[in-house]
Amino acid sequence: MSRKKPRRRNNLGYYIKEGVSSIFTHGFMSFASVVIIIACLVIMGSFLLVALNVNDLVEDAEARNQVVAFIDDSLTEEEARGLEFQILATNNVYDATFVTRDEAFQAFVATHEEAELDNLDEEVFRHRFVIDLDNIAYMQVTLDRLLMIPGVDAVRADVAIADFFVSFRNVIVVVFIAIVGVLMLISVFIISNTIKLATFDRREEIAIMRMVGARNWFIRWPFIFQGFILGLTGAVVAFGIQWGMYGVLVDQIVRLSGGNMIQPVSFYEVANMMISIFMGTGFVVGTLGSAIAIRNYLKV
Amino acid sequence: MIIMKDVQKAYDNGTRALKGVNITIQDGEFAFLVGPSGSGKSTIIKLLTAEVAPTEGSVRVNGYLLDRIRNRKKSMMRRTLGVIFQDFRLIEKKSVYENVAFAMRVTGAREREIQKRVPYVLDLVGLNVDTDRRPDELSGGEQQRVAVARALVNNPSTIIADEPTGNLDPVRSLEIMMLLEKINELGTTVLVVTHERDLVDRFEKRVIALDNGRVISDGMRGYVIHEQEKATPTE
Repeated sequence: MSRKKPRRRNNLGYYIKEGVSSIFTHGFMSFASVVIIIACLVIMGSFLLVALNVNDLVEDAEARNQVVAFIDDSLTEEEARGLEFQILATNNVYDATFVTRDEAFQAFVATHEEAELDNLDEEVFRHRFVIDLDNIAYMQVTLDRLLMIPGVDAVRADVAIADFFVSFRNVIVVVFIAIVGVLMLISVFIISNTIKLATFDRREEIAIMRMVGARNWFIRWPFIFQGFILGLTGAVVAFGIQWGMYGVLVDQIVRLSGGNMIQPVSFYEVANMMISIFMGTGFVVGTLGSAIAIRNYLKV
Repeated sequence: MIIMKDVQKAYDNGTRALKGVNITIQDGEFAFLVGPSGSGKSTIIKLLTAEVAPTEGSVRVNGYLLDRIRNRKKSMMRRTLGVIFQDFRLIEKKSVYENVAFAMRVTGAREREIQKRVPYVLDLVGLNVDTDRRPDELSGGEQQRVAVARALVNNPSTIIADEPTGNLDPVRSLEIMMLLEKINELGTTVLVVTHERDLVDRFEKRVIALDNGRVISDGMRGYVIHEQEKATPTE
């Protein structure tokens, strides 16, 4: 006998309608899912903003934390300048500026009281390179390498400050990953349970759909959309809350610090990144929760 | 067309529901499947709708071999069937119209096609009610007519009715049976599973009798009654 070819039709509207309808049918569980997602995303967002601000501080520290490489007294100015190529070729060195003995003396004079300059001779100062690093996390290694260059007599840098910032940033990142991981798992679990309830509630309808020849994915898609919509709703609301909270917090910090000490990262600078991360996370959590529920509870 | 060849079915709990069943139902035929509880009727329906696979033997329905059918093909095979249940299995939150339209929608039918076909089928089954009403606002007979309309709406080759009159009074039962007979006359193969002997006796149709997982008789009404009487001697 002749078999009819399967009819193809765009059912997107149907899937969305059924997904939304299921959300309202299980209003309380849907509400709980969205609240959990919001909580997770706001906590995640808060850590992310802290991490961004710390990173900003580290970058600032990198910019300020220059290394000074003092050149051996026995080298002439010309010979000392000749070391620039070797210094620039050192790993992690971003830039190096040669400062002559005279320039160093003049700079010192400009920044110190006259009393401090008594009996100070220009000859005390040495030719030097002021060096900017790519990454202050590797400061000590870079210093060791610079010292190995013949003609470099000594190096000076504030390794302790660099280490503090780098350690702080690393701790924030580790805590951030751990908390986000746990929160994501909780969100996925809650969404998965919401979808499980929906599949249980609609089990007779699903059985009828199977019986009249619905394809498996025709049955599954509304549940995927349900999780997806819950995830995205949580993401959008969480973004709004995060924006408001951060704005209030930054105002307080700026006010308390007199507007000079701390300059937090502006939310507008990171808004695009934040909404992308929130939407992406909402999408992944919602879809993953649905997928797990469908895999475990929707046998079609 | 339905062909069951040497079909055996044993469930995981060890129950042997079918023990070598051979049944062939030609296109356009009308047949009753009768037997007491536990005789294997439900298992045959599950096999024909690809809910379970046979342990041994082969089952072919409307050209589809169901022994190891893939999920994707299952849905295509089911579109060639219309299944009617004793408890109607209508979706309570949907209207009469939507219950029938739903069956077309899941197969990917276009809205214009649905709007044309659903009223036609509702008229064919003789349902004269407001189609915006919900199933719980209808009588049992009316609900079963909606279920028949849903089974018919995708123009299936075969209708399988599982105790379609089990929840109906004798008058409504007869009406539903006559409706199925009318559908059969229009060219659709009809298999009615029932244990209502009085109803079977009213129709001059083929009767397949099952007992303890085996076909004990297969033929026209009179022959079956004779065979059944032989199988269960009276005091």
